[in-house]
Amino acid sequence: MHARLYQALYRIRRVEEEVARVYPTDRIKSPVHLSIGQEAVSVGVCAALQPQDVVFGTYRGHALYLAKGGDLRAMIAELYGKVTGCARGKGGSMHLIAPQAGMMGASAVVGTTIPNAVGYAYAMKLRREHALVVSFFGDGATEEGVFSESLNFAVLKKLPILFVCENNQYAIHTHQRQRQGNPDICERARAFGLPAERIENNDVLALMERSREVTATIRSGMGPHFLEVMTYRWTEHVGPGEDFHLGHRSDAEARPWRDGDQVRRLAMMIEPTERRRIEQEVEAEIAAAFAFGEESAYPHECELAEHVFQD
Amino acid sequence: MSAKMQTALPRRATRTLSYVDAIREATDQEMACDPKVLVFGLDVDDPKAIQGTTRGLLAKYGPERIFGTPLSEDAMTGAAIGMALAGLRPIHVHIRMDFLMLAMNQLVNVAAKSRYMYGGKVSVPIVVRSMIGKSWGQGAQHSQGLYSMFMHVPGLKVVAPATPYDAKGCLIAAIRDDNPVLYVEHRLLHFQHGQVPEGSFTVKPGKARVAVQGADVTLVGISAMQVECLAAQQYLNDIGISAEVIDPIWLSPLDVDTIAESVEKTGRLVVVDNGWTMCGAGAEIVAQVAERLMGVRDVRVQRLGFAPTTCPTTPALEALYYPNARTIAAAARDLVEGSKTGWLPDENPAFNTVEFKGPF
Repeated sequence: MHARLYQALYRIRRVEEEVARVYPTDRIKSPVHLSIGQEAVSVGVCAALQPQDVVFGTYRGHALYLAKGGDLRAMIAELYGKVTGCARGKGGSMHLIAPQAGMMGASAVVGTTIPNAVGYAYAMKLRREHALVVSFFGDGATEEGVFSESLNFAVLKKLPILFVCENNQYAIHTHQRQRQGNPDICERARAFGLPAERIENNDVLALMERSREVTATIRSGMGPHFLEVMTYRWTEHVGPGEDFHLGHRSDAEARPWRDGDQVRRLAMMIEPTERRRIEQEVEAEIAAAFAFGEESAYPHECELAEHVFQD
Repeated sequence: MSAKMQTALPRRATRTLSYVDAIREATDQEMACDPKVLVFGLDVDDPKAIQGTTRGLLAKYGPERIFGTPLSEDAMTGAAIGMALAGLRPIHVHIRMDFLMLAMNQLVNVAAKSRYMYGGKVSVPIVVRSMIGKSWGQGAQHSQGLYSMFMHVPGLKVVAPATPYDAKGCLIAAIRDDNPVLYVEHRLLHFQHGQVPEGSFTVKPGKARVAVQGADVTLVGISAMQVECLAAQQYLNDIGISAEVIDPIWLSPLDVDTIAESVEKTGRLVVVDNGWTMCGAGAEIVAQVAERLMGVRDVRVQRLGFAPTTCPTTPALEALYYPNARTIAAAARDLVEGSKTGWLPDENPAFNTVEFKGPF
């Protein structure tokens, strides 16, 4: 199990490091919101999911797309704006989708996919499916009205949905304490009648364990659950670099999160030979995916008018 | 006549139905034949049943397929989209179009965009029913006809049926459409009666109908203004002006062919909108006709719509706020004569209520 978790964490970390390395060449034609430092949230939850389960995410969605099983080559091609991309080059980094893998989309407007996830869960319940939806969003999304509306409806209809608040404490450059009169997000979730709990320290193993337990409960028809996962974004809001020089947050604040890096933590928990094998396979896969993105064609100009409507 | 124009009834109607019952029947028939169809919105399951348009559906289909919602237009629109992504065909009902302003993010940023921004991997078959209010002091926030906002956005379809026949046929077409459709009703049209076939039929997107043929001026009336245009046609007929009346039915996609063909014949176009003229549906229709007929024929055009104010509640001012059959007739005559004649027909009670009669 540790090997699988390490593979997932290492793969996402290295993909995004490679995105950051290539980004200054301007061959990636899409704004990128990197998950570096936050990989554990997507990986820990998705490790508890079944193939028939569905997730909705955010514009910071590379980690979730990959953790749920989205195709890496199609993701890189999407970032390059190529027709082989998961959205034929029309969605970019912020709108990754892989319906076959249960990744049902990501939005560039904060909070927007929360009710979509709730509606999807309603359909699952109506059809008596043994499946659930996970809605991923950030701490900023909990300030949007639609967050409260969505939680209320999910509780009212006892829907099979897990809400995961990926709390990295910052909305672009503004800290949570400057935005929320009551920063206890779990307490707000509980006010709607949801069982809610916080996972501290970006802990991928604790998150996976709790996710297994609560998804079993949700699957058995007990209604929605809420997890707040404390995490930290190492890079700037958008783009490949860091933003500590801006002065809104300090390197000292980031240090404990770097010290608690879950990629390194899992690396220490597996056999060195196993680790080397995983890393070599991942590196080869990444190299092939970037080559695929580079070599793929742009969409034909006739694609501009396609997919506005379904005929 | 345009080949695209809506043609004869699929089968001969043998009975008349109200607009309300036409909507109810369309919903019932689609829910019966497709278990993926479900209905929700504020009060859809209460005793008044949205003017009767959802009456009886709860008993027949149960509370999982028809339910009243929390007062959460934003989230419930988002939920409708999520249901559609999961393969359902939800109908979300709003008793006033004004309330759609609470759902704009989901409609414009998600419903309209999803198919395109996900490269064709998904579709969003939702129907959003909403009603435009008028009279009885509906006022500022219960009277707006805001469909042009949605016409502006690629990826959304907009339909505003004026007759019971179209109310049924367009709703069935909207439910079966794989794209988001804004279905616009007018509260006063709910009282209209007309011939409606008993079986299932569709009035397909992108086709207008010539309701009355004429030679001197083309009147295009949107939603309830179709009723006013039909009355205006009679006022004009009394003074020897032959007006052609067109119902666009679908506003997006818009059947410019049928309208332009008429204007090529008449040379004059009056578009009467159920909204403000600035950036409105009427402005779009006039612009497209003008582009089409440039170098073909000189045309005179006129837009009519709400006064450029907020809707007042007092009847003394409200009467001035809306175009009506007489002011439409007056504007059309001025256009035909090419000058301000100052003519306004005396009110003729016989023209006040136009009951729709088919077949068209």
